[in-house]
Amino acid sequence: MEGFGVTVAFWILAALTLVSAGGVMVSRNLMHAVLFLITTFIGIAGFFVLLSADFIAMAQVIIYVGAIAVLILFAILLTPQARRDNGETKFAAPATLLAVCLAAVFLFVVHDTDWKTVGEDSIPATGAAELGEALLSTWVLPFELASILLTAALVGSIMLTRTREEEAEDAVA
Amino acid sequence: MSIGLEHFLTVGALLFSLGLAVSLSKRNAIGVLMGVELMLNAVNLTLIAFSRFSISERPISGQTFVVFVITVAAAEAAVALALAVSVFRNRETVDVDQINLLRS
Repeated sequence: MEGFGVTVAFWILAALTLVSAGGVMVSRNLMHAVLFLITTFIGIAGFFVLLSADFIAMAQVIIYVGAIAVLILFAILLTPQARRDNGETKFAAPATLLAVCLAAVFLFVVHDTDWKTVGEDSIPATGAAELGEALLSTWVLPFELASILLTAALVGSIMLTRTREEEAEDAVA
Repeated sequence: MSIGLEHFLTVGALLFSLGLAVSLSKRNAIGVLMGVELMLNAVNLTLIAFSRFSISERPISGQTFVVFVITVAAAEAAVALALAVSVFRNRETVDVDQINLLRS
């Protein structure tokens, strides 16, 4: 992708995303970690816009920033006496070492492979219209299965979070 | 300097590694879940980058995959957080190194 604006946007988004993902790692307060996570999600949405995936960018903002982040905040607020600190277990050092090794392998593969990419002039047609057509023709069976999965997750999480009093009330009724 | 596939893949790889470090090292179960979400986002970024740059018959397939990843991530987050709340009600903690009922 050529162009001064694209280059500037990429580097700003990369800095925003990686710095706030690092903030999730280093911040001691769990609330601050969630706020850093939201900033990371917004940065990823910006990348999706940069990659001309308009529908996915909107879905990212609505689902991740709007729903999952609020869900995580609610889960923190619903566990009030649990410790708020975002500390590490004794596995922190080996986990960091593993992550660094994995990053080294990934970076080697990414930069050593001769990727066959499309030319500058041929941007593939990847708009919301094409996505909707693909979802409802080729991928219609996984699409329906996803709705079953979401229903099962909805019912399951309601069942898991009921209190004993609510279960007793339902048993009487 | 033009921005190519490698740049996006590099960001995705670094984000995935950070997410792995977070999810393996955090003590709070909600912190672990945040690491998993970071990893899923990194994978989504990589899929979209390939969908945009790869030579393919149907470039939209990458985005279709991302739609399903987001769906499963939403279901996973809902169930995992419900489990965290449920564990907290019974054990008064969500620290993954304190939840060791199965260890004799």
